[in-house]
Amino acid sequence: MLTLLVVAGLILADLRFNSLDRTRAILDTLVAPVYWVADIPSRLKDWQETHLVSRSTLQGENERLRRENLILEGRTQQMASLQAENIRLRALLNSAALLRDDVVVAELIGVSPDPVRQHVVINKGSRDSVYVGQPLIDANGLMGQVVEVGEFTSRVLLITDLTHSVPVQVNRNGVRAIAEGNGSLSALEVHHVAATTDIREGDLLVTSGLGGRFPVGYPVAVVSSVVRDPGQTFARILAQPTAALDRSRHVLLVFTVGQGEEG
Amino acid sequence: MESGQGYWVVIATLLSAAVLAVLPVPHALVWWRPEWVALVLVYWCIALPHRVGVVVALLTGIGMDILEGAVLGQNTFALSVIALLSVGLYQRVRLFSLWQQAGIVFVLIGIHQLICQWVQNLEGVGTQQPLFLLPALSSALFWPLVLSLLRGLRRHYRVA
Repeated sequence: MLTLLVVAGLILADLRFNSLDRTRAILDTLVAPVYWVADIPSRLKDWQETHLVSRSTLQGENERLRRENLILEGRTQQMASLQAENIRLRALLNSAALLRDDVVVAELIGVSPDPVRQHVVINKGSRDSVYVGQPLIDANGLMGQVVEVGEFTSRVLLITDLTHSVPVQVNRNGVRAIAEGNGSLSALEVHHVAATTDIREGDLLVTSGLGGRFPVGYPVAVVSSVVRDPGQTFARILAQPTAALDRSRHVLLVFTVGQGEEG
Repeated sequence: MESGQGYWVVIATLLSAAVLAVLPVPHALVWWRPEWVALVLVYWCIALPHRVGVVVALLTGIGMDILEGAVLGQNTFALSVIALLSVGLYQRVRLFSLWQQAGIVFVLIGIHQLICQWVQNLEGVGTQQPLFLLPALSSALFWPLVLSLLRGLRRHYRVA
């Protein structure tokens, strides 16, 4: 009975006062090996996929990647001049220059076993100078932010978690809103958007940089449905995250060099 | 038999259960994952009530909380409660038939899930539907397997 009371106290301490963050970080480091072991099957599968393939498949893939690389290189040719132009124009408008963000590749080693929580565990921790609040992206868009950092691993809260919200803007016209997770991996809800606001299906939502947590301009979601009920003050808007939240294995941690301000 | 023998078997089985508990599963099965750690703990509480009890449950629970990224104390509380119950029930449960035992396991894991659900609701992330009882059902169905496996291990390594 006494132990139960102590544990109840523990729950309260963690939930209400966040007084155990330091302890959690240490314990996180201790339990990391369990995630490593649980990750072995998928790593074996990866190994098998990279090592046990035929020569022709590899050649084909190589060919495809070479073509893709050529196209991407072609697209970046103008990048340098466009960037310079952008900086010049921003200077003309008296707004702060946008700095490029550095990224570090991390690998996903675990997924929250608890269906009501949308967490993932990645294989970079305080040793790689990961910090709480750091944004995580994959090739297609924003995935979430770091909430706990251990020595070798850290825990990332996905943007679809019930407790997560991200400030966004519509890429087309700059309308600002807040996209909240609703607990399912495939949808975000955009709340408190007036029924008359110009927002349509297919609009891309990107991070707005307001709130100072996420850098500006990363794609977050594509609006998938807008329901305007005349009886309601706000439109009911659902959006589908662009990041492959349930599939990506290789992810990028964003190190913001300096937060650029909106002009 | 000397006491303290084979304690590592208990620790090893609990650790393997923890690995099973975080092993990625397909999205459709996520609600059906049995509570492996709770199952193993219940077995040891019934088999060795004088050695495995609330203290082991407490330590396991803290580990599970960190592992799942849950509120510190959620699993600790739930596992302690079911350890307490199974240590109290062991004399009766040992006499039950396999499926009666599975029924008891259903109730125990159900209590575990209920407590977890309470804590999650305090935090504001719980579900509205009674989906959270599905793991209790799947755990009960896996009980015969877990029982025979762990009993085999216990006899082989003469854990007492």
